[in-house]
Amino acid sequence: MKFGIVVFPGTWSDRDCYYALNDVLGQEVDYIWHKETDLSKYDCIILPGGFSYGDYLRPGAIARFSPVMASIERFVCQDRLVIGICNGFQVLCEAGLLPGALLRNDHLQYRCQRVQLKVENNSSPFTSQCKGEQVLRMPISHYEGRYYADDVTLAELEANNCVVFRYSTSTGDITEAANPNGSLHNIAGIINKKGNVLGMMPHPERACEPILGSNDGNLIWESIVVHL
Amino acid sequence: MYLAKVYISLKPTVNDPQGLTIKGALYNLGFTSVEDVRAGKYIEIRIEENDLAEAQQQVNEMCHKLLANPVIENYRFELEEV
Repeated sequence: MKFGIVVFPGTWSDRDCYYALNDVLGQEVDYIWHKETDLSKYDCIILPGGFSYGDYLRPGAIARFSPVMASIERFVCQDRLVIGICNGFQVLCEAGLLPGALLRNDHLQYRCQRVQLKVENNSSPFTSQCKGEQVLRMPISHYEGRYYADDVTLAELEANNCVVFRYSTSTGDITEAANPNGSLHNIAGIINKKGNVLGMMPHPERACEPILGSNDGNLIWESIVVHL
Repeated sequence: MYLAKVYISLKPTVNDPQGLTIKGALYNLGFTSVEDVRAGKYIEIRIEENDLAEAQQQVNEMCHKLLANPVIENYRFELEEV
């Protein structure tokens, strides 16, 4: 199996994703320049973090029209796996592949810190190796990560078990204090209804070795490998 | 040739911390009659187009496709012949 990491102008977490998947987990990985349209040799596409197109207009708004995105839409229709991290999550929302949007943090500060994430759904292809309600530790690094969706969309997400990760305390309590950006319902990561697209603001690739403070992020990559 | 002036604002249901912060600053400056502040975006676009209806349609499409995100934003625009 092969992972593909999409690189837009301004992407910055591509090498961290490559390191976590290749150096740490021994998986086959390629970088995919955003002008590429042939994704046939990949089993899972990663849209990594960064500031594609300088975050101009809105984060992800311009990247979502890069040539690779039309191929990613087809890839999603073929039930193959796509994961968007941070800016990748923003791109997926802008592209309409995930519902909702990511707004400026409610305190208007860029936050680079460790957070705890409660796994709310461990039956997705991205979380099967997590225990039910397990609390994962990994960092966030963003200015625009406040998840927003209208009431109808939120209710639908909850009803369909599409909220995969919520910001929580270390014991798994969902509190306002544990929410680093004002996301509605403490949402840190969601999947689409079909379950083959994941978007999350925290960075699993930056929690891939104990020396980084946590290797909980590997559970996500390992879940994908098991699924495929 | 037309000049489009595009105004993009957050939907009323979307919390606007920037607007709230500006409101607080205005209060501190003594503008205590300020009730609400919402911050948005303003974009000017020059279009090489002579037909008003065609220009309108194009700008509308630009807003819908790229300039505004309909999940969180509303938009309106004015066209001026230049």
